[in-house]
Amino acid sequence: MSDHYPALVLLAPLFGALVIGLFGLRDHRVCLPVVVSALGVSLFAAISLVLSVSSGGPVDYFVAGWKEPIGIGIQLRADAINTPLLVVIAIVALLAAIFSIRPAAERDSEKTPYFYVLFLLLCVGLFGITITADAFNVFVLIEVTALSSYGLVAIGQSKRGKVAAFHYLIMGTVGASFYLLGVGYLYLKLGSLNMQDIHGILASDDALADSRAIRTAFVFILVGIWTKMAFFPLHGWLPNAYSYSPSGSAAILAPLVTKVSVYVMVRMMVSVFGLDRLEANVEWGHFVVWLAIIAIAAGSTMALAQREIKKMLCCLIIAEVGYMVGGAWLGDPQRWGLTGTVYHILADALMTSCLFLAAGIFAKWLGALKLEDLSGLFRKMPLAAAGFVVGGLAIIGVPPTCGFYSKFYLIRGGIESGQWTYVVALLASSLVNAVLFFRIFEIAYFGKKPADSHGDDHGHDHESEPVVRLEPPLHALIPLLVAAALLVLLGLFNGPVVEFIRTGLIETAAVVSTGR
Amino acid sequence: MQSFFQEAVIPHFNFWIYVIIMMVGLWSVIAKNNLIKKLIGLSIFQTAILLLYVSLGVKEGATIPVLDHHALIESSHSESSEGSGKKAIAINPDHYANPLPHVLMLTAIVVGVATLGVALALTQMIYKDFGTIEEDEVLKKIKALHDDV
Repeated sequence: MSDHYPALVLLAPLFGALVIGLFGLRDHRVCLPVVVSALGVSLFAAISLVLSVSSGGPVDYFVAGWKEPIGIGIQLRADAINTPLLVVIAIVALLAAIFSIRPAAERDSEKTPYFYVLFLLLCVGLFGITITADAFNVFVLIEVTALSSYGLVAIGQSKRGKVAAFHYLIMGTVGASFYLLGVGYLYLKLGSLNMQDIHGILASDDALADSRAIRTAFVFILVGIWTKMAFFPLHGWLPNAYSYSPSGSAAILAPLVTKVSVYVMVRMMVSVFGLDRLEANVEWGHFVVWLAIIAIAAGSTMALAQREIKKMLCCLIIAEVGYMVGGAWLGDPQRWGLTGTVYHILADALMTSCLFLAAGIFAKWLGALKLEDLSGLFRKMPLAAAGFVVGGLAIIGVPPTCGFYSKFYLIRGGIESGQWTYVVALLASSLVNAVLFFRIFEIAYFGKKPADSHGDDHGHDHESEPVVRLEPPLHALIPLLVAAALLVLLGLFNGPVVEFIRTGLIETAAVVSTGR
Repeated sequence: MQSFFQEAVIPHFNFWIYVIIMMVGLWSVIAKNNLIKKLIGLSIFQTAILLLYVSLGVKEGATIPVLDHHALIESSHSESSEGSGKKAIAINPDHYANPLPHVLMLTAIVVGVATLGVALALTQMIYKDFGTIEEDEVLKKIKALHDDV
């Protein structure tokens, strides 16, 4: 049984979606237990994979036993780079699933089974992108993910959500098509789609690897993936799609989809094209790091200009994508930048999950969409506000949370590779984040309610009127608090996690560069 | 000019054709105002890539990659007549078109159809909500909307 864990990660949500499609439409109560148990199985399998990778190295799995290059075998490969991400995907998806339970009486409750089917299919796509070792399968699974996310964006009541989903669809399809084109060029030159095969051929033939067709392929793949991850000039679809989607959808889309695309970029760099070759072309690295700096600056500036909570968080995602792309391309010999990127993928998925869960709670139970609406938040929902504060501190990068450590490793990579502009951009962006979140904390602590804005009531200790506690129901509060706790836990245990990732990265890069 | 044609265009005409078709599609996605026309452009864009892949699998003088008994005998005859002396039945890959890109494109076609289906459903929802599928009018009506998240 344990041999089949790599496939089980994918299959559990797939069959869960099938079961909901068959039985969930008649009885909505089926949905949640099925979703939770399917994702629970995935989480269990993912954790077991982490353990077996840490004890015995990468795990290869050939679907139906068809090995390369006999047929078009589909290979799944779990190694130190992707297994932690599998665990984080399963956790974030579980939190978002529990958060999105809807009581049957609520409006929209007839959409619940459709929502959960799309939700599980999205998880299938994300798990699949992460674990597959086949360049073409990445395209198919990117499209599985994308199609479910278009549905999840448009499923709400919002009219803007539908237009945002349409624009997302256009950008997403063009991006995926560029990726497909890049894979086509690779197949044309190398005759293989398996990542390890491609890497082996490229590592053994310098003239071929430096040829114009391979470089074109790489550029096409990068542009496609950058569109999918909303890297700055290609970010246009993201703010509207995530801020006008229903809270439950945003709680899974915003943390995971962009991060998994960043993972695809890292995977392409490390185990398809090869780090040595990328580092031989130093000017490429410098160019991309500059693009990343521009993305960080633009994301932070746009975030400052926003008055809506979710829009502001979306702009922060754009800046965070800049951190990760820049970190991956730093090219320092000790791989601290790349390690920081992979660790930041995990950290940022949890941070964004925490913040979007909080924003969803504020929107639904407080009706708060704009920053000003949050005044008096700490009196109304102290626990939810505490979760939001932890998420905010993690994004700023305050020590016990994982946000501090991921920035620490990224900055270390920047210093060791001498990319000082990147270091400055990262620090400046942290300052901007501090301004953004402390502005919100100020409103939430000391902001006056519109009703008593005229007068003598100063601050929270003056109990002139009974404070109404509006704490959200447990199914929404618990995911938020769990996410906040995980932020601190991932920060405290950053040492072993980073060591695991870094040795994995160095091994993966070393194994293939010696040829097969 | 003529040498350019002979060296770069004629041997690689499938690439030229796919790039031209792809750019037609991309132009339509960017420039057209009507959402349906955008989707038509998107389909053209995707189809251009399908054409590239399909053209990759083509070999001159090759047949469809279905192995029948007749072909097997024929190829074994040609093997022995060349004097290799082996009796083993050999399949010469040069006689068959490469099926792999075509199989991949079956998957990509399915993906494209699904994308188009979702896109048409979204267009229909936009039409129901806004009463129009002209993008500029939709955007104008969105600006007039109150927040309805």
